Amino acid sequence: MSEHVFNTYETAWCPGCGNFSILDCLKGALEDLKKDPHDVLIAAGIGQAAKIPQYISVNSFCGLHGRAVPPAVAAKMVNQKLTVIIDSGDGDSYGEGGNHFIHNIRRNVDIAHFIHDNQVYGLTKGQASPTSDEGAITDIQVDGSQNIPFNPVLMAISAGAGFVARSFSGNPLHLKEMMKRAIKFKGYALVDILQPCVSFNKVNTFAWYKQRVYELDQTHDAANRLVAMERSMEFGDRIPIGVLYERQQPTYHEKHNVLKNEQVLVGRRNDPALIERYLQELV
Amino acid sequence: MYNLLVGGAAGQGVDTTVAILERLLKQSGCGVYAMRDLMSRIRGGHNFSRIRFGAGTPKNHSERLDGIIALNEETIAIHLENLQPNGFILCDNAILTEDHRAIKLDMAVIAKELGNPRVAGSVAIGAGLKLFGIPMDLTQVHGVFEKSVKAEYVDINVKAVQAGYDRVPQKFKHAGGDYADHMIISGNKALALGALAAGLQFYSAYPMSPSTSIMEYLALKSDEAGILVEQAEDEIAAVNMAIGASFTGARAMTGTSGGGFSLKVEALGLSGMTEIPLVLVNVQRPGPVTGFPTRTEQGDLRFMISASQGEFPRMVIALRHHEDAFYQTIRAFNLAEKYQIPVILLSDQYLADSTATIPVMDPRKIVLYEPEDEKQDDYARYRYTDSGISPRKFPGTRDGFVTADSDEHDEHGHIVEDSETRIRMMNKRMGKMHQIAQELQEPELLGDQEPEVLLLGWGSMYGPLEEAASLLNQKGGKRYGALVFGDVWPLPQQLLKQTAASAKAIINVEQNYSGQLASLICEVTGIRTDCSILKYDGRQLCGEEIAARISKEGF
Ligand SMILES: Cc1ncc(C[n+]2csc(CCOP(=O)(O)OP(=O)(O)O)c2C)c(N)n1
Repeated sequence: MSEHVFNTYETAWCPGCGNFSILDCLKGALEDLKKDPHDVLIAAGIGQAAKIPQYISVNSFCGLHGRAVPPAVAAKMVNQKLTVIIDSGDGDSYGEGGNHFIHNIRRNVDIAHFIHDNQVYGLTKGQASPTSDEGAITDIQVDGSQNIPFNPVLMAISAGAGFVARSFSGNPLHLKEMMKRAIKFKGYALVDILQPCVSFNKVNTFAWYKQRVYELDQTHDAANRLVAMERSMEFGDRIPIGVLYERQQPTYHEKHNVLKNEQVLVGRRNDPALIERYLQELV
Repeated sequence: MYNLLVGGAAGQGVDTTVAILERLLKQSGCGVYAMRDLMSRIRGGHNFSRIRFGAGTPKNHSERLDGIIALNEETIAIHLENLQPNGFILCDNAILTEDHRAIKLDMAVIAKELGNPRVAGSVAIGAGLKLFGIPMDLTQVHGVFEKSVKAEYVDINVKAVQAGYDRVPQKFKHAGGDYADHMIISGNKALALGALAAGLQFYSAYPMSPSTSIMEYLALKSDEAGILVEQAEDEIAAVNMAIGASFTGARAMTGTSGGGFSLKVEALGLSGMTEIPLVLVNVQRPGPVTGFPTRTEQGDLRFMISASQGEFPRMVIALRHHEDAFYQTIRAFNLAEKYQIPVILLSDQYLADSTATIPVMDPRKIVLYEPEDEKQDDYARYRYTDSGISPRKFPGTRDGFVTADSDEHDEHGHIVEDSETRIRMMNKRMGKMHQIAQELQEPELLGDQEPEVLLLGWGSMYGPLEEAASLLNQKGGKRYGALVFGDVWPLPQQLLKQTAASAKAIINVEQNYSGQLASLICEVTGIRTDCSILKYDGRQLCGEEIAARISKEGF
């Protein structure tokens, strides 16, 4: 095995699923960045998207539904030499894991968070997800989803994320570029990936997205938070893809007294002399 | 032994007064035990502490009082009935009381004259010391304040202590004791220090009484010790973070009380399924739900043993006393690491918040479990082995890839659905329980070693039961012994069966409504108890109360 090659394996996804392209892009991004697979950890929750760590040769953590972010963040906290990526679904990341999504933006640990946003719960057969369109009909939302769709990119920018991008699984060149930039970005980086679900989302199809997405160009001022928020609200006839917002800010590690000196806590033990002193303080 | 109560409203400094007083008492040689009865509020209400001290090391409180330091009138009204005929009430002149045992002092005026009204509590401390015949040692007083207050306030507090000391007569003889070189430590602090000694690198939690002081202590030391203490966004995050840290190779612990533990339950199973070592602390308070936030109960035993769907190996250790809290926490880490399982430490508010004098431990004598790190070709995280324990590696290893999957998985940690792998993996994980059974610590038999009346208890009932057995044995007549469990799951059975076989009566003593230990024992061994002494009002049984109730029941 060459040092920077990532192998991929047979999957359990439906033929035509957007996940295949996302997996290819992930592999391509990691290889382009010359990552050593042994230093990469991909974490996920549970769902169709969340199976991705199983299909690529890296260290992997497939934990609980909705709980991909906390273990990933903790892994990076204790070993900052690892490249830590979270790859999971929109239900997992924005629904069940919504609280972790909000608060880990605030923590700003240096991780990349890729969300396969197919606007449905795939693995459980097509119920509405937080990003489902208003009116989307499913076996549960029989009269159409009544809820206001969640806007993850707007939410992320307003919560303080330093890197917020959107891409489309049907545009692999663009997607790979977004992934690379997110991985390289120092701090929490979100890429919301529009992804058709061939089995359960008959509205937001490949063609539906293809017609609507357009790439942000030079004229977009990604350093301007208000401009970025305005662009983030565009989701309808036209959907912008690209880096909506990017601003470097101190990371968790850079601010942390213990971690700022590149301290790695793996395998570390505490000094008995220190414990002895703490015990003596109580005498 | 003497018993002193310090009481007042929340915000009046009861806790600070007690923290200083207990140290000074210990410094004079006494063994000390101080329990805290707090209300879940920041101002007002009634908070108090009972300090028991003397020539031995008390391990629980007493209801009887030799002295009351009353910071408000309510304290006197509530506790007067427990004051001994020759006891005293020490209070400010401004407090109204007709009781002839009252010793009134112009604490507020003295404090004001010294230049800071807030040192009135220190005047009371000085007076209290004198009343109990504690010799005045200014260097010691100075030393204690140096550890407790800002440098600029040390001198004025020492003066206040001296002023109080000079203004009252001695009432009791110094109780004696030889414990000046001991530590005075709370249950939660002992647990936190045990974790540090065990190599804790990562602690994540969400604040919840009565567990929060574990996080506070670790946070205080975190920069210097070079560890991470993370306040998570919720308990689900806290436990999942700890699992992620442990997966990556840092020893990790997460702590909470029952409500928070309820949220952590799914992840408890994750630790079991993915064989990621984890130490979880549950400092119990009365439930269900919010219950009594600052009070004590042993209502979670059954919950800890069965929490989470499915079956996986786990261990539950109940902490019995302060020294136990330190050593069992280290043992919990060792067992979690060795068997790659979740280990639950079950404490409660009574132990967590109370302080006791115990000998200083020697951290150099502690043996930590360190697995051999052998080079592995074609590394598989869940390799089948004879012991069921697979070699653990961490992400970053060049031997292969480290995986974790909450789905049923094969040796490489990949999802499977076939029955053969499922059965092998279940057997591999559950098989670890057989080995854990070999490591169990039998309960401790206190009091008579061949008891006719066998008392059964667990966790923080240790101190109260020790005293109860001793009081009952002193009466003459029957022989009483108490078996107090630390390891509660799996349940050690040997000594239990042996002592139960020769006992004429068996009584469980528990701080809960339904007698959870008794029902567990019956389920596992078929042994039934003849009587239950239970309490579920959030206030811990003490030895005297247990002895009285057992006598009343006719045993
Ligand atoms: C605690 C819990 N609740 C519910 C489920 C069932 N469940 C598994 S995946 C999933 C939703 C998946 O949707 P999403 O995250 O959008 O991923 P997708 O399958 O669409 O890729 C649900 C509800 C679960 N596994 N655990």
